[in-house]
Amino acid sequence: MTRSLRIGFIPLVDAAALIVAVDKGFAAEEGLDITLLREVSWSNVRDKLNLGLFDAAHLLAPVAIASSLGLGHVKVPIVAPFNLALNGNAITVSPALHAAIMSELSGDPLDPMATALALSRVVAARRKKGAEPLIFGMTFPFSTHNYQLRFWMAAGGVDPDEDVRLVVLPPPYMVDSLANGHVDAFCVGAPWNSVAVDHGVGHILHFVADILVRAAEKVLAVRQDWSEKNADILAALVRALARAAEFVEEPQHRAEAARILALPERIGIDAEVIQRTLDGRLKVSPDGTMRESNRYLLVGREGVARPDPVQAAWLYAQMVRWGQASISPDALHTAKSVFRPALYDAALGQSGEPADAARAVGAFAGPAFDADDIAGHLAAFRIGRWKP
Amino acid sequence: MGAESSPKIVIVDESPIRAAILEEGLREAGFTGVVHISEMQSLLSRIYALDPDVILIDLENPSRDVLEQMFQVSRAVRRPIAMFVDQSDAASIQASVDAGVSAYIVDGLKKERVKPILDLCISRFNAFAKLQDELDRAKSALEDRKVIDRAKGILMKRKGLTEEEAYVLLRSTAMREKKKIGEIAQSILTASELLK
Repeated sequence: MTRSLRIGFIPLVDAAALIVAVDKGFAAEEGLDITLLREVSWSNVRDKLNLGLFDAAHLLAPVAIASSLGLGHVKVPIVAPFNLALNGNAITVSPALHAAIMSELSGDPLDPMATALALSRVVAARRKKGAEPLIFGMTFPFSTHNYQLRFWMAAGGVDPDEDVRLVVLPPPYMVDSLANGHVDAFCVGAPWNSVAVDHGVGHILHFVADILVRAAEKVLAVRQDWSEKNADILAALVRALARAAEFVEEPQHRAEAARILALPERIGIDAEVIQRTLDGRLKVSPDGTMRESNRYLLVGREGVARPDPVQAAWLYAQMVRWGQASISPDALHTAKSVFRPALYDAALGQSGEPADAARAVGAFAGPAFDADDIAGHLAAFRIGRWKP
Repeated sequence: MGAESSPKIVIVDESPIRAAILEEGLREAGFTGVVHISEMQSLLSRIYALDPDVILIDLENPSRDVLEQMFQVSRAVRRPIAMFVDQSDAASIQASVDAGVSAYIVDGLKKERVKPILDLCISRFNAFAKLQDELDRAKSALEDRKVIDRAKGILMKRKGLTEEEAYVLLRSTAMREKKKIGEIAQSILTASELLK
């Protein structure tokens, strides 16, 4: 029997596994008739998922956690049986800010500690001159982009709430805002960093992989009660996604995947830009300088697809650090149990942890992350909004 | 805002017609302090300058995520804002999402003062959607009509039919193939273009 599902998504390259699962027919082979619904804001995706207008959604991992904790909105328990992507974001800065950071830089420009320290010197010099604080764009209060920007600049001594301004901007407006000076920099997913570089209005300063080796980005999210009532359908969906995630990562299929994703009703941008993203081969400067990294965006390799509760704990720790969530063992437990490796394992008929699971978050600053001691971990960071 | 005065309402909507329909409805209902923002650039600073009690935004607007920032504790935020949701009132949020609108309110504004604003907003948004739908249908009917007339002309010329016979042929073919007359007419135009 074919089962119809409505799944919401935002047009970003990290929706690749979901879009390919549908358009390549993997979902249909699992007996699923999926209608993909493109949305314009994360708030809409969250609300429509919470209300049951969507059965499932491509969702920012922190939004799934915030929804389960009832932060900023109605409390609706969400579970994530599949991790759609790790990494994939980048920090892009205006040519003027790029020049300022480079002139203050001592060390390797790919070393985030060196650039964060340079940023703090730029910020101090601006303050001395009486200049307006720098403005950084990010996509949502509960977003990886918000936490990644904050983590990076705070490591160099820049307080993200006091020394600069962080503002939410919808991704399609990022490039224009950088071009007309409404923001000085932004952190966003693909394709928007490349679009800014291609238009000559931005330099990619960092791939998020420079800041965190493994950062959970988007998940396939469903309501917890829905997952309990529709276990078989959810398992079929996870299998279709797993197949699609592997397909996307096969070098010989990249061009086809990019063509599918480029369709106007999907992501709707140039297939070539999408393929560059999947390949981790990005133009980082308007002068044509290229940078390659096989860690830029991970979809179906290195055990990415299996949700890792340690990642959920790290995101929760950022919510605590920046004053969005209070610290409690219950909240930590709730956050961790949003990510459900057991559902993933059950769908794919595997048991227990894969032997090659590389689980480190791998942040460039601070001690190794301890998912069982958030307070102890956060005590190592000087800048933050939380009180033990 | 004084306890009895009309709350200040900001409408964030890029559709000038829909915003006008909503604004008119709110004024008729006695809400006099209504401001419409159609320009999304620097949205937050404009909202802070207006300092509204209620913000209404359409769901087709990507800037809805910008408003979510107002929940955050930050130096930039002067008054805490909450989304108008109530854990016990799922029907009201469902109705507003269905209609395509969302409301944000200043913390502390009483629910019974916001509810009539939201209800009015939902009914006006639905009325606008219906109007839009009728307009679209009228447009496509007009388009169909033009296509059917041209197809009739082709059939009359090629098959020596009267206008009525040509129409009967189009209609019976459409019924047999379970398609709309407009679609059959379009395929006749396409075929005749190809066979030219």
